[in-house]
Amino acid sequence: METYSFLRELADSWALLLLTLFFVGAAVWAFRPGSRAIHQEAANVIFKHDKSPGPLPGPSKEG
Amino acid sequence: MWDYAKLIVLAAVALLAAIAANYAHDLPYMVNAIEVAIAAAITFIYVLRLVGEDKTSTPNEYQDGVIRAGVIATSFWGIVGFLVGVVIAFQLAFPSLNLGNVTEGILNFGRLRPLHTSAVIFAFGGNALIMSAFYVVQRTSAARLWGGNLGWFVFWGWQLMIVLAASSYILGGTEGKEYAETVWYIDLWITVVWVAFLAVFVGTLVKRREPHIYVANWFYLSMILTVAMLHLVNNAAIPVSILGSLSVPVYSGVQDAMVQWWYGHNAVGFFLTAGFLGMMYYFVPKQVERPVYSYKLSIIHFWALIFLYIWAGPHHLHYTALPDWASTLGMVFSVMLWMPSWGGMINGLMTLSGAWDKLRTDPVVRMMVIAIGFYGMSTFEGPVMSIKAVNSLSHYTDWTIGHVHSGALGWNGMITFSVLYFLTPRLWNREGLYSLKLVSWHFWLATIGIVLYAASMWVSGIMEGLMWREVDANGFLVNAFADTVAAKFPMYVVRGLGGAMYLTGGLIMVYNLWMTVNAQPAKASAYAAVPAE
Repeated sequence: METYSFLRELADSWALLLLTLFFVGAAVWAFRPGSRAIHQEAANVIFKHDKSPGPLPGPSKEG
Repeated sequence: MWDYAKLIVLAAVALLAAIAANYAHDLPYMVNAIEVAIAAAITFIYVLRLVGEDKTSTPNEYQDGVIRAGVIATSFWGIVGFLVGVVIAFQLAFPSLNLGNVTEGILNFGRLRPLHTSAVIFAFGGNALIMSAFYVVQRTSAARLWGGNLGWFVFWGWQLMIVLAASSYILGGTEGKEYAETVWYIDLWITVVWVAFLAVFVGTLVKRREPHIYVANWFYLSMILTVAMLHLVNNAAIPVSILGSLSVPVYSGVQDAMVQWWYGHNAVGFFLTAGFLGMMYYFVPKQVERPVYSYKLSIIHFWALIFLYIWAGPHHLHYTALPDWASTLGMVFSVMLWMPSWGGMINGLMTLSGAWDKLRTDPVVRMMVIAIGFYGMSTFEGPVMSIKAVNSLSHYTDWTIGHVHSGALGWNGMITFSVLYFLTPRLWNREGLYSLKLVSWHFWLATIGIVLYAASMWVSGIMEGLMWREVDANGFLVNAFADTVAAKFPMYVVRGLGGAMYLTGGLIMVYNLWMTVNAQPAKASAYAAVPAE
């Protein structure tokens, strides 16, 4: 089979299926039990470290 | 040691660029080579003066200097880009403004048009994306920017790219690809700077001290990765000579067209949408002081947008040599794209629930809301225009231009203005903005300007589309092309006025930001206390 036809068939069969499953999986994963608390915490990260990253724990890797 | 290596490289670049300028085959190449030589020489002197100085890093402080520079660059290039836009709008209405006799074509519409689009998309929008990404990734990761001064390299490298591209365009250097006009050696430089941008961003994410990567960073990262891929594929070309700006694309015919619009539409989808959605997901919740409406929706918004946008490009090539299935595919995905777009819009707007009163008191919030509103409007208009039957009327007309500008001026421009208003007092440690009244003035000038722009282009576009397809009883076309041009004149004037209002609003913003920093004292407690978490 020539490359074009092969890729064309792959794209509208297995590739389409895998991409759709990945998307559905990602959406379902977002609603997994226990995600509410994690998401709430994540959504509030933006209010935590406004001015500075805070004191570094332990010796710094930089410097 | 590292300093000496840098000095050797910079000296070599300056020398080689000077030699290249001497042997250049064409004018844009020669001017660009001289610019590179000057830039390398200036950087050489700068590095030389700092040799041996103690460069201690402060990992428990954010690197904000490069973001301040980004705020200045965003404002500056915004004004330049809007100004060129107003000029070319009036050139279309009054062709004598092309000044063909005086400037020998250098300031023709054809040369200034890519200057305008690149200035607003890549200079204004690009600087806004880079500086806001640096701000957001540090704050949400609780980590200083990775890579030491690599952030500064990204900033100055991007400015050099803008200067090279701008001077190349007006001297006739182009690859002829819309939104990818930059010639081959500028393309290579963009790649270097962009990879450095990716490294700084991912490096900061890697050393983050928050377990979760905040959703704004997902949008930014997808923007960086996808733009890298699009840029590399679409600009694949073979230079005719290393001493000239001409190159030959590796694709031809309909493949070239498809690659170009796969690039072109995703430049809109990832540069101007995903990246700016990253801004929305950080700055809107910050400004209204409430977390995003639904974090779950933001995750689904992200994946849906990523999965759908990349296929929408073929709608730019309806009724061309492109196979029918490909153009149908592009149309279907464009229509589906409406859903994640509006999901994101709802998420942004509903973040205000419980804080809608801020619309009355805070003109910056008002600006964010109208930005999201225009995002919703143009992501509804886009799918409609991608439908083949509609496209047969709208394609090649001013309707397309109007659509692009309601997205660019309304969504990208307004959200960027609100981010600039948000960042300036914080980055320069001022109590607040100099004048909220001036923000309101900016808001109304810009909004009315966009309405004039979009409305005149709807009228002009639909009129011209209908005139092109009008046939008489015997099947002959009724109108010549020049008839449509003449009929569009009043709409072109209105469009130019709308643009002038938008530019005036931008100038008011620059004045306001300038006075915010220079007419107000710094806050007393500068970074004194870190709240205990």
